[in-house]
Amino acid sequence: MSSRKPYVRPKYWNEPEMGWWESAYLFEVVRGLAITGGVFLRNMAKWMSGRKGALTAYYPEERRADYAAGNRGKHILTQRPDGRPQCIACNMCATVCPAQVIEIDAAFDPDDAAHPKYPSRFEIDYSRCVFCGLCVEACPEDAIRMVKETPDLPGFDRDRMWIGKEELLGWQPAQDVAKPYPAAGGQPSEEAR
Amino acid sequence: MKQDLAISLLYIVYALGLLLTLGAVLTWVERKQAAIMSDRIGANRAYLRIPFTQVKLIWFGLFHGMADGLKLLLKEDFRPLAYDRLAYALGPWLVFVPVMLVFAVVPFGGTLDPGRLFPSLAGWFGGRTYAMQIAPIDAGLLIIFAFSGISIIGAMLAGWSSDNKFSLLGALRAGSQLISYELVMGLTVLGLILIYGTVNMVSIVERQSGSVLGVLPAWGLIYQPFAAILFLTAAIAENKRIPFDLPEAESELISGYFTEYSAMKQGMFMLAEFVEIAIVAALFTTLFLGGYNLPWMTDAGFALPGGHRIAIGHGWVVVIQLLTFLVKVLLLCSFQILVRWTLPRFRWDQLLRFAWKFLLPLSIANLVVTVVAVWALT
Repeated sequence: MSSRKPYVRPKYWNEPEMGWWESAYLFEVVRGLAITGGVFLRNMAKWMSGRKGALTAYYPEERRADYAAGNRGKHILTQRPDGRPQCIACNMCATVCPAQVIEIDAAFDPDDAAHPKYPSRFEIDYSRCVFCGLCVEACPEDAIRMVKETPDLPGFDRDRMWIGKEELLGWQPAQDVAKPYPAAGGQPSEEAR
Repeated sequence: MKQDLAISLLYIVYALGLLLTLGAVLTWVERKQAAIMSDRIGANRAYLRIPFTQVKLIWFGLFHGMADGLKLLLKEDFRPLAYDRLAYALGPWLVFVPVMLVFAVVPFGGTLDPGRLFPSLAGWFGGRTYAMQIAPIDAGLLIIFAFSGISIIGAMLAGWSSDNKFSLLGALRAGSQLISYELVMGLTVLGLILIYGTVNMVSIVERQSGSVLGVLPAWGLIYQPFAAILFLTAAIAENKRIPFDLPEAESELISGYFTEYSAMKQGMFMLAEFVEIAIVAALFTTLFLGGYNLPWMTDAGFALPGGHRIAIGHGWVVVIQLLTFLVKVLLLCSFQILVRWTLPRFRWDQLLRFAWKFLLPLSIANLVVTVVAVWALT
């Protein structure tokens, strides 16, 4: 004869223990229907009386105000006091970006001796951005930051999801107070040094 | 003769319009009710824009049904290579048509007296009255069971001819499930037939007018509360919806017996499902909720328990009875959708065990008690 042991169903530590009430099923069905029906009636009463009976934010039309302070939303470029970008077009953010969405064209500015290299074009493709925040960490100049508000970009066209330098600078202007702009004459000021 | 034909045509147009509208509206109801039950908003993005303006009509997402229908109509009608051509084409029709046919014997209103409604036609109709039922057949309930039995064949044909293992499994499940639950359904209704002594749907509804114990309406629900629950359970199982949607369990069988169907053929299976929600609601209303009967209302007007009488004209009676039936049907549809979004799906062995070891003995017990009670009372 075969020496196989008969199969014994293992007893799990979290085995549900049902009394006859639960295993009779019908009473629990009624309880479940009462719960869902109650939720339905409550939410319906809210909708009928002009209030909102859902937890969902009706997104582009309706915004949640309670984003966390550290939420990684839209990028901004910080400005110097004269309104020019803090960015020195070093391409660190574009290099570290895992989704490769940052495109920077560097240009030369002979008038600004302290920062002769500046971005003539700085664009982010929000259709591919993964909002990881690595660009913010990589930036040596604190030129790129992320604010908690989300980019306002739902649309039907991918081409519209590129955001350029002007909007990144002007959308929510922030200045890097730790590094004031060098004094006139092209030399860094005392405190900056 | 011509008069009968005219009235029948009127009824058929009304019934077809009602069923197809309900089938379309119930998709919307299902979406919205599910959303509201789970604290969501629900589908509300599809809109119609009035031409040359920027006015968008959203209407709580009602147009999603239209968008779905358009999509199903315009999609490619893909056909699998290896199939039984005739059976494959017959499948959706054999599922859809019997569902619609069942409504032919359901009375959706009281008695219509066209001569009283339109005095100018009184001469033509000559005082004839018509029960609001498309086919005045004495064997009403039997017809219902006969036709709803046909849709099993449709499901099995569809699954068999698709030449797909998922379809075949779905068809096998559909066959065994539907036959099991049809048995339960028939047995629960037997008690009702014993009490009313007829299978004619119109007389069943007429027997439910009036009241018991002075106050309660004499509905089947009062006489046979147990049978009502069993019937509704079996009917939802007949409709193959969650918690009994094993034949099309999408997590196991893709979409069961209609996996290989696309475009409007698949749409017909879906439409049949939604129309059947309405049919189940109409059957339950007719058998257990007194059909078009409002409590304390007769064909002459209201007779309130205090002895007050309010007389109303025949036209208003017809309208009130049609609306009563519709409201009852819609409430029951909503209840079925509530069930569908509340309960989890059974396992396959649980499903059959539930039918044969739980519902069937209960319905037999219900029948025995009814027989004894009826015998003792007569």
